[in-house]
Parts: sequence; structure tokens; C-alpha cells
Amino acid sequence: MATDFGQFFLHSLPNLMSGLGYTLFLTFISITAGFFLGIVLALGRVYGNKIVNGFCVGYIELIRGTPLLVQLFIIYFGLPSIGIIFSPIQAALLGLSLNSGAYQAEYLRGSIQSVESGQMNAARSLGMNKFQSIQYVILPQALRIAIPAWSNEFIYLLQYSSIAYIIGVAELTAEGKFIAAHTFRYLEVFAIIAIIYLVLTIVSTEIIDRIAKHLSIPGIGAAKRVSLRDI
Amino acid sequence: MSMLEVKDIYKSYGDVQILKGVSFIMEKEETKVIIGPSGTGKSTLLRCINQLSPPDKGQIWLDGEEITNRKTNINKIREKIGFVFQDFNLFNHLTALRNVSIGLEKVKKIEKDAARKRAMQELTRVGLEAQVSQYPAQLSGGQKQRVGIARALAMDPDVILFDEPTSALDPELIGDVLDVMKSLCGKVAMLIVTHEMGFARNVANEIIFMEGGVIVEQGSPKEMFTNAKMKRTQEFLGRIGALYGEEETGG
Ligand SMILES: Nc1ncnc2c1ncn2[C@@H]1O[C@H](COP(=O)(O)OP(=O)(O)OP(=O)(O)O)[C@@H](O)[C@H]1O
Ligand SMILES: [Mg+2]
Repeated sequence: MATDFGQFFLHSLPNLMSGLGYTLFLTFISITAGFFLGIVLALGRVYGNKIVNGFCVGYIELIRGTPLLVQLFIIYFGLPSIGIIFSPIQAALLGLSLNSGAYQAEYLRGSIQSVESGQMNAARSLGMNKFQSIQYVILPQALRIAIPAWSNEFIYLLQYSSIAYIIGVAELTAEGKFIAAHTFRYLEVFAIIAIIYLVLTIVSTEIIDRIAKHLSIPGIGAAKRVSLRDI
Repeated sequence: MSMLEVKDIYKSYGDVQILKGVSFIMEKEETKVIIGPSGTGKSTLLRCINQLSPPDKGQIWLDGEEITNRKTNINKIREKIGFVFQDFNLFNHLTALRNVSIGLEKVKKIEKDAARKRAMQELTRVGLEAQVSQYPAQLSGGQKQRVGIARALAMDPDVILFDEPTSALDPELIGDVLDVMKSLCGKVAMLIVTHEMGFARNVANEIIFMEGGVIVEQGSPKEMFTNAKMKRTQEFLGRIGALYGEEETGG
């Protein structure tokens, strides 16, 4: 039984690795693109005029108020009817990035607003313009504060990226489905896949925690991720 | 023309009028102290001068340039107006050295090494050469405020505005900060809001007493303490003298 499982695992490995590659690719690209989109949206919400702020709120609420799956379907199945055609992987990257951007915008907005207003006053008093004040004083502090929430977003995205399988991206879950359909060993396949996700989650959490520690401001300490153990 | 001219400044927050026509002038390298009861608009006046809260009405000139004019580049003007805050507002994520050098690097566009060398000089001037690589959270209140002063000084301002620079400090730390400020007298113009009467008496060229959004009276420390014309000034100085012990600090 054990050797049989071992052989089965080895046999499935190429498919699983290929799927893992897509999963990581989707996650890294979307979290990064979503991060930059999130910063723009968050700055628009905090510092923008009424129109900019309204636009950002509208976007964020639209994304957060609709299921990710529906968003993916609109991009992949809906847009072609007006002549905009994406490959599955393009559609998944776009959908996950646009979605993550909205969520990251809200975390970032919270952390920007938690930087004391005196910091902006001090920066402006030195003669920095608003943009410089944000760049050199507000964001360096806000981004540190955002790391724990951002760590959670990374984990969500890692797991939600599995939804891309529905529009035909051969990521980890899709590969699992493929292997299981050919071998009928559903339990083993998805147990392996669950373990892979679990290991990825634990490892990435640990890495982000170390980054947070490394970036922590001496005398203040790293912002802490609230984990279930702390509650 | 005087270095700083403040002319008929009005400022409201919502329906509440805070400043109701404040005018005064300051000469180069003069030290002026503003005193007055809480809520009178002293902080508001300082914030009007560097345009953190632009006044509703009135004009302010610095070096003959009208800074209340909308066409003036306010960022350029702020380089020439230092501001020292009651609660320090040091940049939390930067060392003492970088707190002082960042304005030189990013605003004055001075090359990094030169900026840091200058920052080092300013920190030495305020007695913090041993703390240059410390972060704000690792400094005492008195040290933080001295970094705040060094940060303002490094920009070579025409005038530094101080908003109750010692009010957030433990009593035993106040002296160090006042000593630093005293050492600057006659080197850079200072406009200081404070309750430190001993300091005001010994160091100011002139004292302004504000109440209810207007200047009630101004004069030399001697005139104000021994010979105030207005009854309100006498009452206030009497009260605050009793409260803070006018002779012991900064004397
Ligand atoms: N941003 C603001 N919005 C609304 N009201 C404000 C604002 N800033 C100050 N005020 C009000 O304006 C009045 C004057 O405030 P200000 O801080 O200028 O007084 P102050 O003379 O500096 O007093 P203190 O000695 O307590 O510092 C106060 O009643 C205050 O509540
Ligand atoms: Mg005040």
C-alpha cells in the first residue's frame, strides 16, 4: 500500500509540479499587480478629491460586492462578446489582480490613515510637497503597518487562485482533478493537494513574518499578524 | 520692510471665529514669545503663518514676499519657516540623523553625504552626537525635541516657529530643550508659543499676549511683567506666574 502510494505520488509529480508552477505564478503576479492597484486606490481614497475618491469607492465596492467567480466569468466568457478576448491564464491574472487590488486598497487605506496626522504636518513644514510627503514619510510607515493584513491577503489569494481552474487554467487544483479523473484516486490526490497548499501557506506566512521583523522600526517592533492562536 | 509681517489675520473653523485680526511684525534674528490662555488661537496663528491652515483673510509677508498670495509656491516658503511641534512629530521610521537630513536631501536636493554631514553638525549643536543612529522611539522626550529643533535648523530657515516645545516634556527634561533654544537667540528668528515664563522673561526681545483671538498687548519682557497696561495681561501673568513658578525655569 505504502509503496503503491509512493509510486502513484511519483507518477503524479510532473503534473502536480506543473500545476504548482501555475498556482505560484498566478499568486505572485496577482498579489504584485493588486498591490500597485491597491496603493493607487488607497491614496485616491485618502487624498483624492471628491471625484477621485468617489471613483475609488465605486470600484472597491463593486469588486467587494460581487463574487470572484462572477468577475472571472465576465472577463473570460462575457468580454469576448464585445470583442475583447483573453486566454484563460490572462483572464485569471486580470481577474485575480483586479480583485486583490480592491481588497488590498482597503487594508492600505486603513494603514495610511493610522499614520498620525502630525507626520504629514511635519513633512509639509519642511517644504515637501504632498507627493514627497506621501512617498518619503507616509507610505514607508503605512506599508510596514499593512504587512500583517497583507500576509493574510497573500494566503487568501494563494487559495482563491484555485478558482482559475474553472476557466481552464491548469493550476494545482486543475491538475489534481485531471489526475483523479484518470486514476479515480480522488482521496489521495486531493489529500496531497491539500498538503501542498498547507505547506505553501505555512512557509509563506513564515517568510512574511521574517520580512516584517526585518523591516520593523527599532523601538517600536514589527506589526503583528493576528493568528487564531492569539485569540 | 521687516523680515516677517503678519497683517490682520482672520481664521475660522466652521462657524467659530478663532483669529480676529492679528497683526505683528518680526525682525531678523529676533526672539518673540507668544503667551495666552488655552484655546486662544496661538497654535492656529502659527499654523496660519506656515500655511498648514491658511488664513481666511489677511496677509503675511516673509522677506517682502506675500506668502498668503495663492500664486506663491508655498513649499519654497516653508523651507524658510521652521516648525517645532509640541509632540515632536519626528519621522518614526527614520534615525535621528535621517530625520534631520531628509529635508536637505529631498527638498533642498543636497547630495546625500553632504546632507548627512550637515545633519551631523546640527545634531552635535543640540548635544545629540551620541544619538544620531537612534530611532525616535528610542529617544527621551527631551532628546526627541532637540532632534526636532535640529531638523528645523538644518534647513537654514529665516524664522523658526515653536508651538509649546516643552509642554509634552517631563519637568526634568525641559531645561535641556530651553538651553538649546536659548543658544539660538540672535542667530535665527524665533517665534515661540510657551508657558515657560522664566524663559520668556529672560530670553524674549518681545512678548505678545493673546486672548480671544486678538493680541491684547505686546511689549518688552520688562514692560509686560512690571508695567503691563491692560488689566487682562496683569491678571494672566499673575495667574501663570503662580502656576508655573516664573523664576525657576530657563532662568
Ligand atoms: N482643525 C481644527 N478644527 C476645528 N477647530 C479647531 C481646529 N484647530 C483648533 N481648533 C479650535 O480652535 C481654538 C483655538 O485652538 P488653538 O489650538 O489655536 O489654541 P491655543 O491657543 O494654541 O491653545 P492651547 O494653549 O491649548 O494650545 C480651539 O477652540 C480649538 O478647539
Ligand atoms: Mg496650542
